[in-house]
Amino acid sequence: MLHVDHLSKTYGEGSGAVEAIHDVSFDVDAQELVCVVGPSGCGKTTLLKCMSGLLAPTGGEVRLGSERVDGPPEKMALVFQEYNRSLYPWMTVRQNVGFPLRTRSLGKRERSTVVEDAVASVDLSRFLDRYPWELSGGMQQRVAIARALAYQPEILLMDEPFASVDAQTRADLEDLVLRIRHQFGVTVVFVTHDIDESVYLSDRIVVLTPSPTEVHEVLEVPLPRPRHQVSTKELPEFAHLRAHVYRAIKRRQGQGEDDAAARPAAEPFARS
Amino acid sequence: MATVLAVFELLSRGGVIHRRYFPAISDTLATLWHELFTGELWNAVGHTLEGWALGLGIAIALAVPLGILIGSGRLLYRATRAIIEFLRPIPSVALIPLAVLVYGSGLESKVFLAAFASFWPLLVQTVYGVQDVDPVATDTARSFGFSRAQRLLRVTLPSAVPYIATGVRISSSVALILAVTAELVIGAAGLGREINLARSGGDVRLMYALIVATGLLGWVLSALFTRLERRVLHWHPSQRTAEGSA
Amino acid sequence: MTRRRALDLLLEAGVPVLLLVVVAIWSSNSGSYYYPPLTDVLSTFRRAWLFDRVGSDVVPSLVRLGLGYAIACAAGVAIGLVLGLAPRLRRAADPIVQFLRAIPPPALLPFSILVLGVDNTQKIFIIAFVSVWPVLLNTIDGVAGVDPTLRETARVYRIGRTDRVLRIMLPAASPQIFAGMRTSLSLALILMVISEMVASTNGIGYFVLESQRTFAIPEMWSGILLLGILGYGFNALFVLVERRVLRWHRGARASALS
Repeated sequence: MLHVDHLSKTYGEGSGAVEAIHDVSFDVDAQELVCVVGPSGCGKTTLLKCMSGLLAPTGGEVRLGSERVDGPPEKMALVFQEYNRSLYPWMTVRQNVGFPLRTRSLGKRERSTVVEDAVASVDLSRFLDRYPWELSGGMQQRVAIARALAYQPEILLMDEPFASVDAQTRADLEDLVLRIRHQFGVTVVFVTHDIDESVYLSDRIVVLTPSPTEVHEVLEVPLPRPRHQVSTKELPEFAHLRAHVYRAIKRRQGQGEDDAAARPAAEPFARS
Repeated sequence: MATVLAVFELLSRGGVIHRRYFPAISDTLATLWHELFTGELWNAVGHTLEGWALGLGIAIALAVPLGILIGSGRLLYRATRAIIEFLRPIPSVALIPLAVLVYGSGLESKVFLAAFASFWPLLVQTVYGVQDVDPVATDTARSFGFSRAQRLLRVTLPSAVPYIATGVRISSSVALILAVTAELVIGAAGLGREINLARSGGDVRLMYALIVATGLLGWVLSALFTRLERRVLHWHPSQRTAEGSA
Repeated sequence: MTRRRALDLLLEAGVPVLLLVVVAIWSSNSGSYYYPPLTDVLSTFRRAWLFDRVGSDVVPSLVRLGLGYAIACAAGVAIGLVLGLAPRLRRAADPIVQFLRAIPPPALLPFSILVLGVDNTQKIFIIAFVSVWPVLLNTIDGVAGVDPTLRETARVYRIGRTDRVLRIMLPAASPQIFAGMRTSLSLALILMVISEMVASTNGIGYFVLESQRTFAIPEMWSGILLLGILGYGFNALFVLVERRVLRWHRGARASALS
């Protein structure tokens, strides 16, 4: 359904240019939950922004279905990491969730129903008329998810959405994502740096290399569904996968560091 | 910018806008240029700056110490708050007649008005600056055994300086405005009076030239104090600048 | 009520009252020509302003102030929105804006008199022209400084242009716009007074100056007192409105800091 085809992105020009993504390709099938993991600084957020049409790639392309993505597509929603900068503080929860629906031709009552359903599916019905800043971090992120749900996208991108939230809340939110995927059948692309989270959630994991960023490998995650925070994580298979991903990232990271350490030593003697 | 000026020039020369009211920019600039070499312009500038400097100086001399005092003591702050909040919004120009009554139509009136008007923003900024000092910093100093005076000098004041610098910048422009206003309304010597004289005497080009000159003066002073403020803020990158209301 | 709070309230209310009493006593006994007894001023105030001169002086003044300020706010926000959203336009307009706003307002008075005469239009013009700058500049800053994440969210959800400007950019910039409007209000009041002193035959400013010229000192003071009350009153009113409209902003900031 979503195709990332030899995507590359470089910021700036000339000597000050920064290559955020070198060459990334992978596919996401309908109703799949794919996690994208990688070390810090490997351009995960840039990748997501290119996938969502917020940034134009320097090379390669992103296709949703058969159409090229060159601006935010209609059927795609994005949940940002910084929820407190993404929700509008002058709007209530109800208004925030309903705001994107203004572009759709829905009647007032219909819109209200959609909003209330979306908020109910994240268990925040009691807070419909509160302001985002009156809620805790985890609740705010749930509002952001509800907003994405109300929008009824076919594909949902999530940019490290639970990184700014405490561990216990994070577990609840992870289960929320699983539930939503099951209930609504959305395709989900989930970017994270948390390896446990990526194994727990996904059908497949895309592991990125450090800069220059490419796809290191794409792992299948054959863990049984439905997943449980305790029992799934006790499975030996979970530990294997986790270790595999960990080593994949660390090894490339270490290799990258070795390369970097080796290079400068050569340079000064090269000039004379 | 250049296009706007060019358009304006054409409109005026072409007679599209009334030549009498809107002389061509080139004419205005030529008049200004000419004036630069006569004594009168500089005389007027000197008089305006005199009132501005004295007014601002008095304001600084009074507002900063008072502000520090009020900001440092809770009791004093509470006691004076209502008074300041009432006196502050009084339009200083309302006191022009009083100034004329008591000080006449000369420099003293001008200085009084400029000082009164520029006193308040500086006082408020100083109080904010003193109050906004990081309590952790003062507590640390106290735990090291610094006396109250030492804490004031070494912790509170340096952290309040950016606010005071902002306050001085605001006060400087307020003082200039009041100085020119006094010259205009009362007839004290300076640019304001010259502009009015030019107008009533029908010398439109001179009037515009003087307005431009006044604008340039305002701009130069503003740029100077902004530079100074930035310099001071440079040492305190974590400080948020608070633009107090004028 | 705790001891501390009681003391605070006592100071806040008590000291000004004490000061008034001292001023009243001193002015009664000093026999100074320039500073008549406070009681005289107050009775003159009641006589002159409470309802006698409201029609002839207060209303024209307030009408000028109101219209000038309203125009300044409307123009400032509208132009500020446009410039804030179009960086290239803003850069082009910047030198003009910087120059025009640096001209000390009193220098513009003779210009306005020359071109527009001494009628109400002239006064409204000068009030509006001088008061527009804080609103304009703050609107530009506010709009240009809207959090990029807020804008990206709008893009992701394909929010339409009108909605984006009116329901996102404007509210997001409103704290700063309000700060500008508050400064503009005090500027507008000042310009109203000056323009009435220089070129008018009615209005509060005119009254105060004229009283001084005819040596009606208590009347002069009563006018000054009225202006002080107006200045204070408008500011207090503004703060009240701002507090209501920007309730969300204080809440959001408070939770962000904790």
